[in-house]
Amino acid sequence: MSSMTQKEALTAYATQIADSSLFMGHRMSEWVFKAPTLETEIALMNCALDLIGQSRSFYTYAGEAEGKGRSEDDIAYLRGQTEYRNPLISELPRGDWGYTIVKSYYYSVFAKLFFKALTLSSDKQLAAIAERSLKEVTYHVRYTGEWLLRLGDGTQESKKRTQKSVDELWDYVGEMFIMSEAETQLLQDNISTDIAALRGAWDQEVEALLQQATLDVPTGTWTHEGGKTGKMHTEHFEYILAEHQYLQNRYSGCEW
Amino acid sequence: MYGDTSIQKPMKIAKSGSPEEAELERNFQAKIDADIKIEANDWMPEAYRKTLVRQMSQHAHSEIVGMQPEGTWVTRAPSLRRKVILLAKVQDEGGHGMYIYSGAETLGTSRETMLDDLRTGKAKYSSIFNYPALSWADMGTIGWLVDGAAITNQVALARCSYGPYSRAMVRICKEESFHQRQGYELLITLSKGTQEQKDMLQESVNRLWWPSLMMFGPCDDDSPHSAQSMKWKIKRKSNDTLRQEFVDASVGQAKFLGITLPDPDLKWNEKRGHYDFGEIDWAEFYDVIKGNGPCNRERVNNVIKAHEDGAWVRTAAEAYAEKHAAKEDAA
Amino acid sequence: MSEKNWPLYEVFLRSRAGLDHKHAGSVHALDAETALEAARDLYTRRQEGISIWVVKSNHVHASDPVDNPSLFEPADDKIYRHPTFYDIPDEVGKM
Repeated sequence: MSSMTQKEALTAYATQIADSSLFMGHRMSEWVFKAPTLETEIALMNCALDLIGQSRSFYTYAGEAEGKGRSEDDIAYLRGQTEYRNPLISELPRGDWGYTIVKSYYYSVFAKLFFKALTLSSDKQLAAIAERSLKEVTYHVRYTGEWLLRLGDGTQESKKRTQKSVDELWDYVGEMFIMSEAETQLLQDNISTDIAALRGAWDQEVEALLQQATLDVPTGTWTHEGGKTGKMHTEHFEYILAEHQYLQNRYSGCEW
Repeated sequence: MYGDTSIQKPMKIAKSGSPEEAELERNFQAKIDADIKIEANDWMPEAYRKTLVRQMSQHAHSEIVGMQPEGTWVTRAPSLRRKVILLAKVQDEGGHGMYIYSGAETLGTSRETMLDDLRTGKAKYSSIFNYPALSWADMGTIGWLVDGAAITNQVALARCSYGPYSRAMVRICKEESFHQRQGYELLITLSKGTQEQKDMLQESVNRLWWPSLMMFGPCDDDSPHSAQSMKWKIKRKSNDTLRQEFVDASVGQAKFLGITLPDPDLKWNEKRGHYDFGEIDWAEFYDVIKGNGPCNRERVNNVIKAHEDGAWVRTAAEAYAEKHAAKEDAA
Repeated sequence: MSEKNWPLYEVFLRSRAGLDHKHAGSVHALDAETALEAARDLYTRRQEGISIWVVKSNHVHASDPVDNPSLFEPADDKIYRHPTFYDIPDEVGKM
């Protein structure tokens, strides 16, 4: 049986959700002054702001649940690599525009299903944050979905590039649906939600859109994992942390 | 042809040098003198149109290029609160660039033409963005001094005679008031922090003070287009007047932060009722304009790279739109 | 290298329930769907709108300012269209 107390599990759970949003947002924010048009640049920054905003709510709640006085920043900044519990897909490099769109689309469809389920959580605060987050990721699904159609059904080059991203990123999808220890433990009290059960709905929605975008739907079932357990992040992750934690590391204990 | 919008389509054209043109020009100036705004489809002298396109596109380019120095710090922000503030601010700059391009396009020059000029180096942007952002304190100093200087300029421009520019400025001024405040708040935090943070703050202000003063452009005696722009009310206050306003406002704010401004000649002049300040290094000013600033090449290269990297994406979107155009028209 | 110009769409926002849509600016987009998204992303960052219209700029037809005297000045002397034209004794009350 689990060695976590309920409090620890809740803290870990809120933290893992926050980690996913934070690094998705981090990668998104890297598009500043690099996007294909001014309109797309503004749009991606809106998405990044949504995601980082979500992470703040969940980190704050994690700190409250833990009850040791840790702030959102204490949790967001002051941990070692293996203590971060985001799925690997959220830390992958930003890649080209198509890679970012596919990555965000895969993630956003998951997030939409997840947050929708989480609005039914017996934990009222988690449910409330989920409800607001759901509205945001619903737009992300719409926005990235529209782009996926244009890239898939655009030119030969765009189709080729995008198909490659669709295939490569497919191997990171499965991890999003693997229950973490905290997630499993909190299931009995209806605090967490059974994400493994969401895969069918995800497949259905994503497959329909990929087909509409005239792209081939990958069939593989194997998945990379290690982010949600913290046991094996990607090589890219420590670079993210190097930037993310730079000021906190260089000048410890300061107010900013 | 003037752009692709028919909002400004009917515009009376008079033969150059004709009595009819002189009459139109008199009416035009009379409207300006009476503080009546000029709108896109009103008759205007070609020189007025050209001056506006040049100034508005430079202004818009400054917003777009201005995203770069701050943009690189988003992933390094030391708190999540600062991170979202910075990101929202950088995004605003992109948005403001778009508002101004949108206003400039009503004059018949397309945004792509303007951006082409930026990429080829034909168009200029504010020289301040050719200086690097080297420390976290710069995120505060840019907000306080650079946005402060920009706001001083833009408040005056909100009364500009050209309607679309003036309206864009009103909107921008409203949104930008948070930009300067967040920067100053950031600096207050540093000023109350450790010695290292205080040093970071002072070093940043030392580096950015003079370039901020240069943002107001050459001094009035060396500003050839100024008189005409003032007459047309494209410009409402002279470079030196605005610079003086900015210096006067900044001195007290610097004092509150417990820092010095890097100008030994800065002192209150009772008789003028203003602060006197030292001579700007005009050689440096013109050097940076000519392209010899610390980051000129890098900034433009980044704009070009984003454009080139995005080419396949734009082509794809165009191809998709073409395929689906029939559908939209039928719907 | 000259770039193809994407069509311009004029953006109109309804800021609150009960108000008219008002012109806010323009965006470049290839179709109405993405124009709406771009308008949302650019012009409603600060809760400025609860409804958006986008219209292709070249579908807007404008009056010519040269015609202003004949279009708008004839209304100048029709003061009897305004309520203040009529004298009603105070005793009658609000009307």
